[in-house]
Amino acid sequence: MSSQDTRRPGILSGFLAVIRRDVLLAWKRPGDVLNPLFFFAMVSTLFPLAIGPSPEQLRFSGPGVVWVAALLATLLSLNSLFLSDHEDGSLDQLILSPQPLPLLALAKALAHWLTTGLPLVLVSPLIAVTFQMPAGSIDIMMLTLTFGTISLSLLGSIGAALTVGLHRGTALLSLLILPLAMPILIFGARTVSLSAANDAVAAGIYLLAAYCMLALTLAPFATAAALRISNE
Amino acid sequence: MTQILSGNGLCLFRGDRCLFKNLAFALNAGELLVIEGPNGSGKTSLLRGVAGLLEFETGTITWNGLSVREHYQAFRADLVWLSHRVGFKGDLNILENLRFESGLRATDCSRLAPVLDRLGLRRLVELPFRSLSAGQQRRVALARMLLADARLWMMDEPFTNLDKAGQALVTELMSEHIGAGNLCVVASHQAVDIPGNTRRISLQ
Repeated sequence: MSSQDTRRPGILSGFLAVIRRDVLLAWKRPGDVLNPLFFFAMVSTLFPLAIGPSPEQLRFSGPGVVWVAALLATLLSLNSLFLSDHEDGSLDQLILSPQPLPLLALAKALAHWLTTGLPLVLVSPLIAVTFQMPAGSIDIMMLTLTFGTISLSLLGSIGAALTVGLHRGTALLSLLILPLAMPILIFGARTVSLSAANDAVAAGIYLLAAYCMLALTLAPFATAAALRISNE
Repeated sequence: MTQILSGNGLCLFRGDRCLFKNLAFALNAGELLVIEGPNGSGKTSLLRGVAGLLEFETGTITWNGLSVREHYQAFRADLVWLSHRVGFKGDLNILENLRFESGLRATDCSRLAPVLDRLGLRRLVELPFRSLSAGQQRRVALARMLLADARLWMMDEPFTNLDKAGQALVTELMSEHIGAGNLCVVASHQAVDIPGNTRRISLQ
C-alpha cells in the first residue's frame, strides 16, 4: 500500500499537530478560554472592594491574592484537559498512534498553558494596578506567574490523566494536585512581595524555574503512564 | 506462509468473570479475523487487548514475530483503529480532522480527493464534524483508515450506524484491503461475509 506520496511523520509532527489542534479548538470555542480568565479577573478585582481602599493594605495583600486566583483559575480548567478526548475516542487514537505518548502528553499540557496560563499572565498587570503594586514588581510577577502556570499545567496534566475515567473528578483532581502546587504558590507569592519591598528576588525565581524544568522533564512520562491506565 | 499477527494464551477477567482464557489465534497476510459473540461476551475487550489499549491477565501478542509489548512502535505504525467513538473533534471540519491525523501517522494525502468521493463526503468537507449524521461520521472514520498507510485494520462493530449502501461499502473496503495482502481484525455481532481467508473466534 506504500506509495511515494505517503508522508511519514517525524518525531515532532504529532507534538505540533496536537498543539495546533487544541489551540484551534480553543479558538473555535472561546468560552473555554474566557471562563478561567473571567474567574481570575473577577476574584482579584473583588478583593480590593472587600479589603478596602487603603493603598498600604492593598499593596500588602496583592501578590497573595493574584497568585491564589491564578492557582484556582488553572485548577478549575484542568478537569477538561483530557475529558473530551476520552469521551470522543481521540484518546484511543493518541495512545494507538506510533508517536511517543509522553511527547503527545507534553503537547496537551503546553496547549493547555497556551490557552489558559498565558492569558492569565498577560492580564495580570491590569490586576496588579488595581492593587497599587509598584511598577517595578509587575515584571517580576509576570515572570513568576509564567513559570508557575507552566508548572501547574504540567502537574495538572498528571492529575487530569489519573481522573479522566471518573465522572466529576474535579474535587479529587484538586486534592491530588494542591500538595504538589504548594511550593509554587508559596515561592511565587513571596517572590512578588519581596520585589514589591525592593528585596532580593533571585532565589525565588531560580527555584520556580527549577520546579518548572523538573515538571517539564518528568510530568509527561507520568501523564502518559496515567493515561494508559485510566483509558482501559 | 508466516504468521504476521498472533496471540497466545490470552486470558482476561472483568471483575470476577472470566471472559476468555487460553485463547490463541494466528493471522497470515491477506486474512481476516472475525470476533463473534453476543453483547457482553468480551469482543471489544479482546480487540482492545490486541491493540494494546487493555492489558491481558496472561498471554502475548506478536506482530511480525516480535512481541507487541516491547516493540509497540513498529506495531502501532502498522495499525489503524476504528470504534464506535470515532475520535474526531466536533468543532473541526472533516479536512481539519484528517489533517490532524496526518501528523500522527503515515498518511497518503494524494488519495484524499478520491477517498472522499468514494465515501460520499466531498460536499461535506467544510461542515463542522458535529453537524454530520452518525452514519456520515462513521464514513469519516473510514476515510482515516483508507488514508492511513497501515497494514492492519482493527474495527469494532464497523457496520453500526451505516445504511445498506454503507455496510456494503465497508465489506467491499475490507475485502480490497485483505486482497492486497493486508490484515483485518473485526469484532461484530453481525455476520461478516467476505470471500477469502476468514478466521473466526466465537466468544460465549
